[in-house]
Amino acid sequence: MEAYISLFVKAVFIENLALSFFLGMCTFLAVSKKISTAMGLGIAVMVVQTLTVPANNFIYQTLLKEDALAWLGITGVDLSFLSLLSCIGMIAALVQILEMTLDKFFPALYHALGIFLPLITVNCAILAGSLFMIERDYNFTESAVYGIGSGFGWALAITVMAGVREKLKYSDIPAALQGLGITFITAGLMSLGFMAFSGIQL
Amino acid sequence: MDKETKKVLFEPLVDNNPITLQVLGVCSALAVTSQMSTSLIMAMALTSVTACSSAAISAVRNHAPSSIRIIVQMIIIASLVIVVDQILKAFAFEISKKLSVFVGLIITNCIVMGRAEAYAMKNPPLQSFIDGIGNGLGYSLILVMVAFFRETLGSGKLLGFDVLPLVKDGGWYVPNGMMLLPPSAFFIIGLIIWGFRTWKPKQVEHNEFKILSIAHGEGGHH
Repeated sequence: MEAYISLFVKAVFIENLALSFFLGMCTFLAVSKKISTAMGLGIAVMVVQTLTVPANNFIYQTLLKEDALAWLGITGVDLSFLSLLSCIGMIAALVQILEMTLDKFFPALYHALGIFLPLITVNCAILAGSLFMIERDYNFTESAVYGIGSGFGWALAITVMAGVREKLKYSDIPAALQGLGITFITAGLMSLGFMAFSGIQL
Repeated sequence: MDKETKKVLFEPLVDNNPITLQVLGVCSALAVTSQMSTSLIMAMALTSVTACSSAAISAVRNHAPSSIRIIVQMIIIASLVIVVDQILKAFAFEISKKLSVFVGLIITNCIVMGRAEAYAMKNPPLQSFIDGIGNGLGYSLILVMVAFFRETLGSGKLLGFDVLPLVKDGGWYVPNGMMLLPPSAFFIIGLIIWGFRTWKPKQVEHNEFKILSIAHGEGGHH
């Protein structure tokens, strides 16, 4: 149990996808102007991440990994080079299914998240979550915990960023630094803050 | 080379740079730049994927129905990235280990998708290929600039050669360890953007709010 808690904390703070691996930066910079939209996107990423990482783990472990097809009686086959294609396919399919399910059964949530869901397919934080899972060889439970943790960490980072930017728009910034420039520098300072967590031994 | 080709090839370098102006493909630009060698390989990988995928997508643009075009694009891009990934694993294993997941992440790199949607869907293959190369070069330019500062200031080396002699080897330079850590990449790109926009004031974004300055000598006397 303790191992899972430390994996969760590590995924949220120490190895924050946005601030220490720079993943999902495009949306992180583009959609962090208002707290409410940032939070909506953050929640959507968290939900998708929680579903896709374990799902990709299942496919990888049972079909693609070296000798994974042993349960079919086939040995010596290594399909892991297909993992990129299967991961992105899985993500695109899950996002589509999630969108349809929400539309049918939870219309209120669907309208809250609506515009962000299709964007998530091309959010690199999602694909990276699955690729890190493969690289670090997590088992199914670990992958579920990692999925929730990394999604939550990303949501936290974008919400905090939006909070800072909402205040920042009233400040007097050199003309050429306005907009993107100052956003990068703010993100740098936040990332510096998150680095403080890296000293924690778990 | 005619004028149009030149414009397509060189405009993305400064005037319409994918990273500093279009805000595309920022993730990998930040993550792989702590060393020059990894950034060069990454720049080459991305440029070739963007160019080839743009050409391929442009070649099938009239045959793929628009309702499934995203899936078609994704499959073309993912297949090209698998090829690049396997080549790197075969010929540059050390560097491919260092790049870890970032080669795979070229699939979701917005430059590739962005150029496919914005340019390749409307233009013939050869021009799309050149546009892909141009945007790849614009991305490479920023990557190389960031990596140059991070590696020289962070470890006193460039591509493994000593540039600034370190104190611990009897030189004079005390390396700035922060340059090797993630935050410095944000700062350097922020400063590069500042530089670019001072040079090309047309790119400046305007704030929604403006702080009024109160002129001297007005008010307060009456």
